[in-house]
Amino acid sequence: MNRELTIDILRYDPNQPEIKPYIASYKIQEQVGMTLFVALNEIRKHHDSSLKFDFVCRAGICGSCSMLVNGKPSLACKTLTQKLDSHIRLAPLPVFELIGDLSVFTGNWMRGLNERLESWIHHKEEELEVDKLEKPMDPDVADDVYELDRCIECGCCVAGCGTLQMNENFVGAVGLNKIARYQLDPRDKRDEKEYYELVGNEDGVFGCMTLLGCEDVCSKNLPLQSKIAYLRRVMAKTALKKKD
Amino acid sequence: MRFDKKEAYLDLLQSGTGIFLALFIMGHLVFEASILISNEMMYKVTLMFEGFYLFGERHAWIISVLAGIVLVVFITHALIALRRFPADYKRYKIIKHHTKSFAHEDTTLWSVQVATGFMMFFLGSVHLVMMISTPDKIGPFLSSYRVVHEYMWVVYFLLLLSVVTHAFIGLYRVMLKWGIFESDDPKTYRKLLKSAMRGFIVLYLFLGLASLAKYSYIGMTHNYEKTKIYKEVTQ
Ligand code: HEM
Ligand code: SF4
Ligand code: SF4
Ligand code: FES
Repeated sequence: MNRELTIDILRYDPNQPEIKPYIASYKIQEQVGMTLFVALNEIRKHHDSSLKFDFVCRAGICGSCSMLVNGKPSLACKTLTQKLDSHIRLAPLPVFELIGDLSVFTGNWMRGLNERLESWIHHKEEELEVDKLEKPMDPDVADDVYELDRCIECGCCVAGCGTLQMNENFVGAVGLNKIARYQLDPRDKRDEKEYYELVGNEDGVFGCMTLLGCEDVCSKNLPLQSKIAYLRRVMAKTALKKKD
Repeated sequence: MRFDKKEAYLDLLQSGTGIFLALFIMGHLVFEASILISNEMMYKVTLMFEGFYLFGERHAWIISVLAGIVLVVFITHALIALRRFPADYKRYKIIKHHTKSFAHEDTTLWSVQVATGFMMFFLGSVHLVMMISTPDKIGPFLSSYRVVHEYMWVVYFLLLLSVVTHAFIGLYRVMLKWGIFESDDPKTYRKLLKSAMRGFIVLYLFLGLASLAKYSYIGMTHNYEKTKIYKEVTQ
């Protein structure tokens, strides 16, 4: 009953450039409820201890284990092998810096993005008053903000975006989602012009070609299509309104 | 970064011209299909566009003007959309590989749009320029003559396939791009739009192919030696 799985992994270690990228094929026995996290650990334990891949939470929370599963960006710890064919192809996410095999450095890319978009609350007057009680927020607004705050920076939307593959400066759905999140947050005092300067261009919302790869691969099922459309409307309105 | 409104305007203009062209095509193919009812019906539609029912005489130049407006919008749309084409060979390879390995429907649909857009650039221009320069050669017999004896059926067939797929994929995309008529449940809304897109593509391909078949039939069976035009005088 248990299937034999054939797992093909694209392997390459940038520290050993003399070994060209190659596909390594492993055969393992499928178990009930097996995830790719379990499968990869099997391989590392019984086949090849040098295989590199990342995991931390193994519960779809930390966003470390994203990789291409049969070409589709997915969290390995959330992917059940029974949902897949018995022949599985794994590859590292594109765009990000490769650490080795399936392990990529999403962290520095995301950090760069957050610095560029200044994804934190901008509020000059109250910046230093950490002890002061926060003003209450309308529960509906709080819900909306919280919904978008669920992004775990796994990078799946980045790897699933055709626009980003062609334009490395594009902020991607993860970036647009962050801007939508702060724009909705009444505590952030940036005005529409400041937001426009951040994403009202070809590297921002107007570069998005609505391919919806992001929406379909988002690990947290965030409403990315709807939020990008929202941001596009806000930015277009700003451009139509502003005189200068 | 500075405050630059250009990109917002270009994006609005691209969507606006796209919607205009799509609505135009939806009407155009229905009017063309009047031939399926009868030669008389198609003739009446031609007269209508020539302003006969308004002015009491035929003004074929009205068709030239209408086709001219469509040509301007068409070129504008194509020029703006051109910036979305892969800028160089490297990017072309990247997007091609991404589309293939990702095997994601909406990403693939985009490449269909780029390919059909490219095709239409030539086919559509030929057709539009012809309508602007010889607007008086429209009617059940004259149009059929062009289809069969001037081999325009090749152009019309390819144009039909590309324009119908491009227009409805485009409408699907543009609705999601701006969130037009979006409900509280965007995921269901997208599924609904996707089904509507498929339905309209099938419907309009059917309508267009049936009309083209009818024009071809008339062109092949009508005796052009005896009369080329449908009617000399209107009732
Ligand atoms: C020379 C002819 C044409 C070319 C080269 C062309 C090219 C394109 C391209 C590349 C896109 C995608 C743009 C993007 O992803 O941002 C697009 C979108 C679109 N096209 Fe065309 N197109 C042409 C003619 C037409 C015609 C005749 C129609 C209607 C019948 C049409 C309707 C649309 C619509 C509705 C969209 C979506 C607009 C948007 O995404 O903002 N196009 N076109
Ligand atoms: S919808 Fe926009 S951000 Fe999302 S994958 Fe497509 S181009 Fe990228
Ligand atoms: S938006 Fe979704 S796919 Fe993108 S980084 Fe956040 S959780 Fe991952
Ligand atoms: S290991 Fe944390 S999300 Fe998969």
